[in-house]
Amino acid sequence: MTPFRIHIGRVAPLDRPNVDTDQIIPKQFLKRIERTGFGEFLFYDWRYTANGEPDRSFVLNANEYRGATILVAGKNFGCGSSREHAPWALLDYGFRTIIAPSYADIFANNCMKNGIVPVVLSEAEVEELFRRTSDGRGYQLTVDLERRTVEDDQGFSASFVIDDFHRHCLMEGLDDIALTEQYEPQIAAYEARRATWRDSH
Amino acid sequence: MSRTLFDKLWSDHVVCEPPGEPALLYIDLHLVHEVTSPQAFDGLRAAGRRVRRPDLTVATADHNVPTTDRSLPITDEIAARQIAALRRNCADFIIPFYDLDSAEQGIVHVIGPELGLTQPGMTIVCGDSHTSTHGAFGALAFGIGTSEVEHVLATQCLPQQKPRTMDIHIDGELPESVTAKDLALAIIGQVGTDGATGHVIEYTGEAVRALSMEGRMTLCNMSIEAGARAGMVAPDETTFSYLEGRRFAPRNTAKAADWDDALAYWRTLTTDAGARYDRVVEIDVRALAPYVSWGTSPGHVVPVTGSVPNPSDTATESDRRATERMLDYMGLEPGTRIEDIPVTRVFIGSCTNARIEDLRAAANVVRGYRINPSVHAMVVPGSQTVKRAAEAEGLDRIFIEAGFDWREAGCSMCLGMNPDILQPGERCASTSNRNFEGRQGRGGRTHLVSPIMAAAAAIAGHFTDVRTWEFK
Ligand code: SF4
Repeated sequence: MTPFRIHIGRVAPLDRPNVDTDQIIPKQFLKRIERTGFGEFLFYDWRYTANGEPDRSFVLNANEYRGATILVAGKNFGCGSSREHAPWALLDYGFRTIIAPSYADIFANNCMKNGIVPVVLSEAEVEELFRRTSDGRGYQLTVDLERRTVEDDQGFSASFVIDDFHRHCLMEGLDDIALTEQYEPQIAAYEARRATWRDSH
Repeated sequence: MSRTLFDKLWSDHVVCEPPGEPALLYIDLHLVHEVTSPQAFDGLRAAGRRVRRPDLTVATADHNVPTTDRSLPITDEIAARQIAALRRNCADFIIPFYDLDSAEQGIVHVIGPELGLTQPGMTIVCGDSHTSTHGAFGALAFGIGTSEVEHVLATQCLPQQKPRTMDIHIDGELPESVTAKDLALAIIGQVGTDGATGHVIEYTGEAVRALSMEGRMTLCNMSIEAGARAGMVAPDETTFSYLEGRRFAPRNTAKAADWDDALAYWRTLTTDAGARYDRVVEIDVRALAPYVSWGTSPGHVVPVTGSVPNPSDTATESDRRATERMLDYMGLEPGTRIEDIPVTRVFIGSCTNARIEDLRAAANVVRGYRINPSVHAMVVPGSQTVKRAAEAEGLDRIFIEAGFDWREAGCSMCLGMNPDILQPGERCASTSNRNFEGRQGRGGRTHLVSPIMAAAAAIAGHFTDVRTWEFK
């Protein structure tokens, strides 16, 4: 996974609460057995009309948000299913970070496994970002994971909380399976003391 | 020190707690299905890793499988490719696989308990958010993403931050015709869809004790809809008698008293008097009514006697906008009585409500009636085992004679990855767990209800209060 330290990018606003994973990547696209190629289906039912034309009223289809790499969204973003296809689609489309007042647990976890930073800011700060993004002039933000800050060049500055372990993994782009494998002796010891009736299947 | 059920399960599974890192938890049972696993197996192959404990791993195909005649080939090529990938992965890594032609195939959260794989005191994961279902047995069971599926396949462990705990204490006795599903919807309506985020819920209180295992599974299943990491119920005699004799449940043999040993341990799995939870929510069910969802998130529910809310009654501007959006999508006018809303589709199925008890209750409502001519209704049993049991009791005849489709087991219209989907604008009374936009098909309108409410709606052609139903 690509390490994440500082990211400067264009911002797209998705001013809706409870954006669920069925919206992020509808189920008809979950049948692929690869990790890539989901970006074109991101927010499919919102991006395209029933006859497959881009829906001009949807924010990601507006010219000023083309090439956005930072998504600002309402609370409880990513609720619903555990499908990792949701962060895969966001990443494949180009998003490296999301900013919202809160996330569903599994979704936030899945993001971090894929090098996407789920930044939590207060509702008021997110409202302010919606205001600043809506001027249609290619609004940009800098997300600094090392300093845990979000800033623009017009005076907006906010800090966010992320635990040290996840921050470290994201900054180094670590394979955490390899981390767990370092504890092989402890795992083997645990298995040795596990009740044998647990293995009856 | 007094400990909660969660505290006990957690500390029993900590392999190690390296400083500055999350605890490493051992996983007792890993359930696998076709949609969230192919990329995990590919990752294993790419890194040259093996599956550490294939004996603690079990797979089935459920999400995208057709529910029509199983002897015919799958017409959706991409779905067929995904199932073939799981078949190959299970063969390569020697994982038990309940394939489409297996007599035990079914929704992963239905077959785990049914086979006795799901047991008290276990840690159980699956690449599926409704893994919370298994918490009904006093297991710590939670959904994971595909990267974590790969992690568990490779190491049988998962690094985990310790969640907070929440006690949902449910007092009183559920009134006649008010079910565990109504209770789940009422809870989500009360705490909100993110009300339990970061928490593991333990359901306690006399109403929970009185629930059957099926009811407890329905309740725990929808914990994720309140944002919870997991939901659980402490095991008791109801749990033990459900488990005894199931295929993979521990049993006493000449060599070992496995059932007795397991039982002795399971009896310790209760929250000690005086143990503290991070949060407590109290609910009284004595006056609870059947619930119906009206919006596009499972927290948007009202009693069947209620009406569609008015956006102008919401607390904030953004709630007002969200409510308007939902009513527009759902094609509903503020103030419409729930009982005046017509339905054209009825779906009885899913890991929330497709167990034998659910089908029995629904059949009881349906017996002797015909469905409304404007309704297309289907029953999709949660597993082939449920299907056989229902057929042995004659439930299939009751449904078929009333005009329902009687299908093969799978997720079906709960998420519509197979051909069972709603058409744009169709309105469905569904026993599933999510009413998100497009969940059951693009433009489809889903109302979440209990199995008996769904059955009654199929016959009436609109929602109706099943408490006043005339059983035949
Ligand atoms: S029945 Fe629905 S909720 Fe349950 S596992 Fe299948 S798709 Fe998921």
